[in-house]
Amino acid sequence: MSPSTPDLVPYDEALSRYAPVLGLEVHVELSTASKMFCGCPTGFGAEPNTQVCPVCLGLPGALPVMNAEAVDAVIRIGLALGCDIAPWCRFARKNYFYPDMPKNFQISQYDEPIAYGGSLDVMIDTDDGPQTFTVGIERAHMEEDTGKSLHVGGATGRIHGAQHSLVDYNRAGIPLIEIVTKPVPGLGKYVPELARAYVGELRDILRSLDVSDVRMEQGSLRCDVNVSIAPVGAAEWGKRTETKNVNSLRSVERAVRYEIGRQAAVLDAGGTVKQETRHWQEGSGTTAPGRSKEEAEDYRYFPEPDLVPIAPTPERVEELRGTLPELPRALRVRLLGEWQLSPLDMQALINAGAVDLVVATVAAGAPPADARKWWLGELARAANETGTELSALPVTPAQVAQVVELVADGALNDKLARQVLEGVLAGEGEPDEIVAARGLAVVSDEGALGKAVDAAIAGNPDVAGKIRDGKVAATGALVGAVMKATRGQADAARVRELLLERLGPPE
Amino acid sequence: MTDSSTGDLVRRTAVDLAAMITKGEATAVEVAQAHLDRIDAVDGRIHAFLHVDHQGALAAAAAVDAKRSAGESLGTLAGVPLALKDVFTTAGIPTTAGSKILEGWRPPYDAALVERLRAADIVILGKTNCDEFAMGSSTENSAYGPTHNPWDETRIPGGSGGGSSAALAAHFAPLAIGTDTGGSIRQPAAVTGTVGVKPTYGGVSRYGLIACASSLDQGGPCARNVLDAALLHEVIAGHDPRDATSIDQAVPAVVEAARRREIGGMRIGVVREFAGEGYEPGVLASVRAAIDVLTELGADVVEVSCPSFTYALPAYYLILPSEVSSNLARFDAMRFGLRVGDDGTHSAEEVMAMTRGAGFGPEVKRRIILGTYALSSGYFDAYYGQAQKVRTLIARDFAAAFDQVDVLVSPTTPTTAFPLGERADDPLAMYLADLCTIPANLAGNAAMSLPVGLSDGLPVGLQVMAPVLADDRLYRVAGALEHALDDRRGHALLEKAPTL
Amino acid sequence: MPAITRDEVANLARLARIALTDEELDHLAPQLEVILEAVARVGEVAAEDIPPTSHALPITNVVRPDEVRAGLSQQAALSGAPEAEDGRFRVPRILEEEA
Repeated sequence: MSPSTPDLVPYDEALSRYAPVLGLEVHVELSTASKMFCGCPTGFGAEPNTQVCPVCLGLPGALPVMNAEAVDAVIRIGLALGCDIAPWCRFARKNYFYPDMPKNFQISQYDEPIAYGGSLDVMIDTDDGPQTFTVGIERAHMEEDTGKSLHVGGATGRIHGAQHSLVDYNRAGIPLIEIVTKPVPGLGKYVPELARAYVGELRDILRSLDVSDVRMEQGSLRCDVNVSIAPVGAAEWGKRTETKNVNSLRSVERAVRYEIGRQAAVLDAGGTVKQETRHWQEGSGTTAPGRSKEEAEDYRYFPEPDLVPIAPTPERVEELRGTLPELPRALRVRLLGEWQLSPLDMQALINAGAVDLVVATVAAGAPPADARKWWLGELARAANETGTELSALPVTPAQVAQVVELVADGALNDKLARQVLEGVLAGEGEPDEIVAARGLAVVSDEGALGKAVDAAIAGNPDVAGKIRDGKVAATGALVGAVMKATRGQADAARVRELLLERLGPPE
Repeated sequence: MTDSSTGDLVRRTAVDLAAMITKGEATAVEVAQAHLDRIDAVDGRIHAFLHVDHQGALAAAAAVDAKRSAGESLGTLAGVPLALKDVFTTAGIPTTAGSKILEGWRPPYDAALVERLRAADIVILGKTNCDEFAMGSSTENSAYGPTHNPWDETRIPGGSGGGSSAALAAHFAPLAIGTDTGGSIRQPAAVTGTVGVKPTYGGVSRYGLIACASSLDQGGPCARNVLDAALLHEVIAGHDPRDATSIDQAVPAVVEAARRREIGGMRIGVVREFAGEGYEPGVLASVRAAIDVLTELGADVVEVSCPSFTYALPAYYLILPSEVSSNLARFDAMRFGLRVGDDGTHSAEEVMAMTRGAGFGPEVKRRIILGTYALSSGYFDAYYGQAQKVRTLIARDFAAAFDQVDVLVSPTTPTTAFPLGERADDPLAMYLADLCTIPANLAGNAAMSLPVGLSDGLPVGLQVMAPVLADDRLYRVAGALEHALDDRRGHALLEKAPTL
Repeated sequence: MPAITRDEVANLARLARIALTDEELDHLAPQLEVILEAVARVGEVAAEDIPPTSHALPITNVVRPDEVRAGLSQQAALSGAPEAEDGRFRVPRILEEEA
């Protein structure tokens, strides 16, 4: 057995003999204007070390002061997740050395998280139809992000083999909220789907709270996946691994599935699973061990003396509760009624990450059914082809609503509408600009249509004859001919009318 | 050779100098120059300063003179020279914290306290010597060599802020700034015959103060007399939004209190636990005599017991190293300061360790290791956790005491200035110098040291402690006592110091 | 009686990223043991029901508004750097991966 390509037990087989337990840790980068403990800006993409100050550089003498907006955000997140809000809590120092950590300790929270004891209901498809699972939320707490290192000189730009590193502290001190689930046992084979659905649901909630951009591909939402397995019926849970670098919903699902198979192979061979941190490798679809440490890190937590305790009053907590928007779950229940959807239809929307997009498209004027059709059809296909998520596509709900309106007005048919959307995705501009630029409007000029119809009749005398003889069904072929001649821009229904006027039985 | 007027200038109080400058009897430049000349002439022996900013000081003094000429209003201490403990960041001016690891570092920003000094037109002459990262009781832990006590150059000036106190006693400046974590302002004041005040925790902003133990550190005023210290206290104290632990209330009326010169009816408690074995008889005698004067002045003096104070020292030497081990982690050769071993063969981790091994002195290393131990999982509860509970008990003892009395008094430190080298190899013996001063740091109370007498020709200090936020009570008691003692003596105590 | 061995001291020094010489290690362990014995006195205090104090004053809820404030220029930020390159702090090769 080669150590670099571990054996994998096929998933279904692994699940027949082992019971998995799942845990998820999600880090959310808040979209505040300034950093957690200082007034430096948080915008992405600035020149290195231009959004720094003595505090976030960890210079001698610097002191942190808490960002009020970040406190509000974490309380709202906690409330949205059904958590209790601590009446009094402190910050703690998590002490460890790393060059991207300006102070060589991270200000975080240890045994006094500001929010704790909540839950999140997640619905997934099972063999018995859609089912809801309740994922316990252990805690949500505040902490700060680290700087970013560029590793220079190695082959791949990663740490191994690098000769030196270059550090940018612009990101150091950006507010992070860490949300930790309780362990979730008893899911059986649905662990990967549930993991994915949980992160997706959490993301939707965070987006509705408007506290973060929650873009996994940009790092404003990061997910660590914890997995352990134990023989079915065992009294204790197995050793768990923590997998990092999981950068998309799809990767969450794949990483969980892979780890289960890998751990099953280890146990099958009589070994023990090493409790360690692993890294998801997107390219190979595997997890690789992180550098093993001689001993578990002792962070020597103690209360942060430079920050005073946070004690939100009950009045303040209720005030913040009043600012919570309609949360996704409630929204969906409402939409089910309003749009007359089946639970399966709703699940399809959720799975595609399309709920908010469809809602926005409807708000921009499109009928729900049309909005759904385009997002779940053409646009979902485009997303799959490019391996991106629907929300990352370069098309807005407003643009989709415009296209729907153009079709409803008869200015476009479905085929043309598809081409217009293609153009939007390609960055050619707004729908009406593309229609004009590409000349995609439906031909509705009666004269031009008439000519095309006459031409088709003249060019297909046999078919025309059949129609005159009463075989109305044959009209389709001539319609097709006209459509081809007009490059699909004719209004098919009108073409059929004109053909029947000329060839059909007298009324 | 100094002419008599210059010699005069360096022996003046801050109040006198400020008045002279305002009235035009002397220019700020003359005053600054007189002090700089004295430093240049004498500090070779004392070594109070690590860095003297001739250019900056004269420029600041000239600016004061220009303001005066232009008829602009000047603050109460405008133009008065000051010596600043080298643990406050001064933009563009070397700041070392007494350590090799910061040799040559020029901060890119001013500490909040420094901003206030500049705004008050006080003339900063330079940065004074201290124990490395403010850890010590003798200034012998400075990586740049010790400071010598102007009363007897073979003896310590106290620590960690020996440079500032020596600068006062040697007349290098009439004002100084120190920091007090376990007595580092008060104990040097006691052994150099000067006044040193630790404000209520949070009274003076720590933004820009290189941290030792964050929950204990306080910057404070040092001077040769109580009124000068009070005026300086008012300049540096006050709320700062950049320090979350900073008190958001009006500064106590310390100047008014210093001027009262009466304490009739005040209730004064003598801490029973701060006497007995380990305390030099001469120290106890001077302190006793001073307390008798307090009675003569009309105060009600009683003995008060604070039993948990005997646990203050061990609790302190757990809490401080723990916070230090974390605060000093940032000195890692990555962003600023010393870098050792970066020759292409060593990793970042190795360079960090080599730099810290070379850049930190033995006392700092001892405390970092001790603190790392005390915070380790498995030991946390017994050590750090337990020390925090002792802290609660000490605060309760203070509260109970202040139910009975208005202020507490004790010796500031058990002995007079001991010889250089005497305790350098005995950490525990060194720590004992902080016996009386530590409780006020642990509970956050305001405390000060006032010179009250001599024992075998060396100064003795009386410590006064007040409730949290009642800093003015310190100044009321000290102002009255100083006035009475100077009266009885016929001169200020410091005039007994050898002429340097 | 707390005992602290030379090995434990070496371990703590590693945790604290301080390279100690053999001579230093030889001296530190006995010194620390003496200090530890002295500070362990805190254990004599009966304190089961005593809450710990982490902050001297009972201040809570100190926050700042979420507003951008001027910081340091890139030049000022890098002014103390032992080595800088392309606007970044240049550091030797890092062995350990991020936690």
